[in-house]
Amino acid sequence: MSGNLSVGWFVLISVIKILIAVPILLGIVAYTVWLERKLVGHIQNRWGPSRVGPFGLLQPIADGLKLFFKEDLTPPYVHKALYLLAPILSLTLALTSIAVIPVGGWVTIRGARIPLQITDVNVALLIILGITSMGVYGVALAGWSSNSKYSLLGSLRASAQMVSYEVALGLSLVGVLILSGTFSLRGIVEHQLGGFWNWNIFGGGQIVAFFIYLCAAYAETNRIPFDLPEAETELVAGYHTEYSSMKFAMFFMSEYANMVTVACLASVLFLGGWSGPLFGPPVLQALLPVFWFFLRVLFFLFLYIWVRGTLPRFRYDQLMAFSWKFLLPLAIANVIITSLVVALRS
Amino acid sequence: MLHLALFSFFGAICVAGAINLLAQRHPINSALSLIVVMGSLAVEFMLLGAEFVAVIQVIIYAGAIMVLFVFTIMLLNAGEEERSAGSRIAVLLGVPALLILMGLVAWVLIRQNPASGTVAAGALPGTPPEIGRLLFRDFLLPFEITSVLILIAIMGAVVLARKEH
Repeated sequence: MSGNLSVGWFVLISVIKILIAVPILLGIVAYTVWLERKLVGHIQNRWGPSRVGPFGLLQPIADGLKLFFKEDLTPPYVHKALYLLAPILSLTLALTSIAVIPVGGWVTIRGARIPLQITDVNVALLIILGITSMGVYGVALAGWSSNSKYSLLGSLRASAQMVSYEVALGLSLVGVLILSGTFSLRGIVEHQLGGFWNWNIFGGGQIVAFFIYLCAAYAETNRIPFDLPEAETELVAGYHTEYSSMKFAMFFMSEYANMVTVACLASVLFLGGWSGPLFGPPVLQALLPVFWFFLRVLFFLFLYIWVRGTLPRFRYDQLMAFSWKFLLPLAIANVIITSLVVALRS
Repeated sequence: MLHLALFSFFGAICVAGAINLLAQRHPINSALSLIVVMGSLAVEFMLLGAEFVAVIQVIIYAGAIMVLFVFTIMLLNAGEEERSAGSRIAVLLGVPALLILMGLVAWVLIRQNPASGTVAAGALPGTPPEIGRLLFRDFLLPFEITSVLILIAIMGAVVLARKEH
């Protein structure tokens, strides 16, 4: 971590990093919504938002203001404390994951080497899995405390879906872990540096795991084609039916923040993280990895929206069968084959 | 110093959560208190340097088992529990007896091995490679037997829950 820094400096630098990372994350979340509306618009032969600012670029700000000034309605017969806790829990957990994601290599400022990451822990990947597994509570409590049948059905579907797909998600990462031999996300990226043939998806032969990860991650974030918890044609809006104003916005933001986390994790685990060509003066050399990383994240966010604009929704039994009967055996086979190859090579 | 303060703080939260678990009348509040207990236990593990165990505690207990608890409570839509008057003898005799029993166990343990009452931060072997080596080399047979046992338990549950045709 930062053995050459005193505790005070470490805390100060961490606080500065948090103050930089969180606004950027929230900005990305806001503009992912814009990107989604714009892209889905073009896919469906419409323009998407185009009135507020050039290319509708100020639309997220207008949306935010609108949500702030909406009436904050608490329906009667809800369980007040849990009704309030659920969106807070969702958003907090969704934003926490960013703490362990490395966005670039090391920066040397006045002789101190600082990692471009809020904190580097040696069980980072497991921490992210732990945080996402806790995310179920936000959804479950929202549905239960709302005291509405649509909310309850939506949250039951969401909990069952998230618990089922977590298994496939976890197992799809085992291949990457076998190859790199560490849980640290920084260590996993450093294992893949030096050209795209070293990336886990190509050199590591983890293309099947990558597919499993993407499917499971889409299901975890409740996105099309796995958005049954929010299927508006049958459940109004699923678990957040009874929420309005900023409480609704918090669920909305946490969904997009989770998408960003999934995109970051996919880049780190399978596509070599921040690796890419470096050139130019030292300042550029320090910032280029961050640029390459953001390019990958943007690609995954684009893919999310593309899939949303293309695929229809699953039926619920298909959804469960897909996880337990297809993704899970595939993930286990991938673990066995990868460990065999690694064992035979060494 | 900071370490000790954090450790005591989360220890207190853990105990408070456990007491709240018993005191609450609504099952969902009890389940949520249990999640708080699991979470603060995970922090205690982390403060002792056992990061892997800490995260596994969160993933397995707080993130998987308790989700099933909450799921079941939601599905059955369990209401508030009736509080029975309880028996006075149980309170008068049970609480002191429990305290004496716990004191006895602690006293015997410390008499047996005076060092067992203290542990330094990070002194426990807790890194993933160490745990992997322990599980898959030193204790491979017990590990495999346990997994077979759990598999049998799962199959038993499926058989018991299946409707007869």
